[in-house]
Amino acid sequence: MTNDSDHIVTESAARIFADLADPQTINRLDNGAWKAPFWQALCDAGLPLAWVPERLGGAGATLAEGFAVLGVAGRFALAVPLAETLLAGWLLTRAGVAAPNGSMTIAPSRPCDRIILDEDGTLSGSAIGIPFASEAQHIAVLAHGRTIVVALVAASDCTIGEGQTLAGDPSNIVRFQRVKPLRYARAPFGLDHTALMLMGSVSRSVQTAGALESILSLTVSHANERVAFERPIGKFQAVQHNLARLAGETAAALAVSGSAASTIGQSDNIDESGFFEGASAKIRCVEAATEGAAIAHQVFGAIGFTKEHILHRFTLRILAWRDDFGSESYWAAELGRHVAQQGADEFWPMVASR
Amino acid sequence: MSTNLQFDQIRLPRECDALRQEVRAFLADEIAQGTFDPHRPGHGDSHDRAFSKRIGAKGWIGMTWPKKYGGHERSFLERYVVTEEFRVANAPVRSHFVADRQSGPILLKYASEHVKTNILPRICRGELCFVIGMSEPGSGSDLFAVKTKATKVDKGWRINGSKIWTSNAHIADYMIALFRTSPPTNENRRHGLTQFLVDMKTDGIKVNPIYQMSGQHDFNEVVFDDAFVPDDHVLGEIDGAWKQATSELAYERSGPERFLETFYVLLELIRAIGPEPDARSADGLGRLVAQLHTLRRMSVSVAGMLQAGKEPVVEAAIVKDLGTVWEQKLPNRVRELSAFLAPDIANRVTLEEQLAFATTIAPKLTIQGGTTEILRSIIARGLGLR
Repeated sequence: MTNDSDHIVTESAARIFADLADPQTINRLDNGAWKAPFWQALCDAGLPLAWVPERLGGAGATLAEGFAVLGVAGRFALAVPLAETLLAGWLLTRAGVAAPNGSMTIAPSRPCDRIILDEDGTLSGSAIGIPFASEAQHIAVLAHGRTIVVALVAASDCTIGEGQTLAGDPSNIVRFQRVKPLRYARAPFGLDHTALMLMGSVSRSVQTAGALESILSLTVSHANERVAFERPIGKFQAVQHNLARLAGETAAALAVSGSAASTIGQSDNIDESGFFEGASAKIRCVEAATEGAAIAHQVFGAIGFTKEHILHRFTLRILAWRDDFGSESYWAAELGRHVAQQGADEFWPMVASR
Repeated sequence: MSTNLQFDQIRLPRECDALRQEVRAFLADEIAQGTFDPHRPGHGDSHDRAFSKRIGAKGWIGMTWPKKYGGHERSFLERYVVTEEFRVANAPVRSHFVADRQSGPILLKYASEHVKTNILPRICRGELCFVIGMSEPGSGSDLFAVKTKATKVDKGWRINGSKIWTSNAHIADYMIALFRTSPPTNENRRHGLTQFLVDMKTDGIKVNPIYQMSGQHDFNEVVFDDAFVPDDHVLGEIDGAWKQATSELAYERSGPERFLETFYVLLELIRAIGPEPDARSADGLGRLVAQLHTLRRMSVSVAGMLQAGKEPVVEAAIVKDLGTVWEQKLPNRVRELSAFLAPDIANRVTLEEQLAFATTIAPKLTIQGGTTEILRSIIARGLGLR
């Protein structure tokens, strides 16, 4: 999915990830001491605010470049809020709200949660499963008042619950009890709850595809090296066919997430094609995550189930990401209703237009 | 050998839009005239030579081939549009489709100038039906076990043996066949096979029908009894056909025909569930739509990479593996989702007829043109295993 300029950005990102957040290295560490220097290096490279224009203090990267970086981030199963800060920067920028330095996250991140902007200019409501809320300094909020607004909130002004994902990353309930935003502005036409869920879903899809690429590579290497019954297990046809299926799931995730990223990357507004592509990407990537994680663990056997091995860094993250910004069931019902409403005669033209 | 999979983000270029509209208008016209019924796959004759000739006259056969052989020098992506529109409409293309997809390209690459000038323009006009002679009694997917023998004689070869599961042989004009010209060697069991162009009207060729469990007749046994094939009908290197076979497979494996074969049941399901589906129908439908969209984006990507001169061999095998498994499971998925439909829907009979037909043809989808097992072994080898 990358062109030349994406390529330069992704190569420098990959170098930083490999130097300072190598999965093998950080998996051995008992503490998070690696996080601060790593985050600093990301900031120095302009990655967290990549989707914020230069005049607002960001790096001014294109959506395509940002998605390409998220694909690489997936390959490293990064345990820092890079995707979340990127998304927050995107959300704030769309409404013209200046983005602060430091790590951010976004709320809401589940389809059924709503945060309300009251007449007095304060925010109320709660949102569950907010990724990295307990580590982030700021939260970019999409809130509903008389109109839809985008607000920047200091995380310390909210009540943030305990909680973590399957992979051990923070995932918190955030309660807004008459929280006064640092600043807010009206959302532009087209930027609504659905648009935010789709943008988040495509980001998670791209991350998932990247993680599956690493899972495939790790699993194939293991099958070639691990000897049982006097030959590498990769020589057994049953194992080969499982790996071929894993390759199929990885391929599907790469193709559909890349397709959605390139569609959404075309314009600021998420239109009908953006919905069709974004929903499809989340549905198919979640299916690939479920299937792919199961196959990889089967090939690895007991060693893949240990804390010591890095496989879980990838498999547990793709499983955890399934529920962020709408699960596959949520989007499937949305997409199914849309297709049904359009009717049978419109269906093939819709598929063929992509 | 690598685990790096690549799917370039290929979109069909603008010029394809006009072509697509033209194809749709042509098909609508043919449907109006009663050439075929898009809602009743399996009814009527899927081989319609007159229809193929009208398609040829539109310039939609041999689209990518050189003009000097009757082709139209259009792109693989334009051919893609034509192929998918015909498939979605359930149009009867069997008479020319094999020649268009793979026999023509093989002739272009390996046939003598005389053969190319004589035959390719007739394929492009929709006049010729080609079949593939690979499997033999006792050797299906195991091509290196081919036993049917070509023995060198003055000015040509004498063929003895038989081919089996040869789809369309009873209506075909030509076969591109794999025959044994030398025994395999100890070092190379792939050695000794040669590709031939065989005129089906040759003396000594007998076609015996084999009826399928779906009630259709595509399969045949083809018996060669001292049939003569002239020297200039040898395609490519004598004893070296295995090298030729592998490179063309990407085209055969990744086209829209590898996931759209049972598409009509999905369309009929959408018609049946109506504009306000319950959560279960909507969820089930949405997943199928996402899966179909993914397959098509993968397939278009492979077509675009082929057009760009790349060799996405593993990616193409993945498209066929995922695509054929999907189209095979689709009828049952639709059957499950249609269990709670309102009893008075208008298209219940059509849907049930279609499901019955799709269910009986479903088993072949993961067998024809390379079984799932063979594909997964190819993918595994491409990943660097074995």
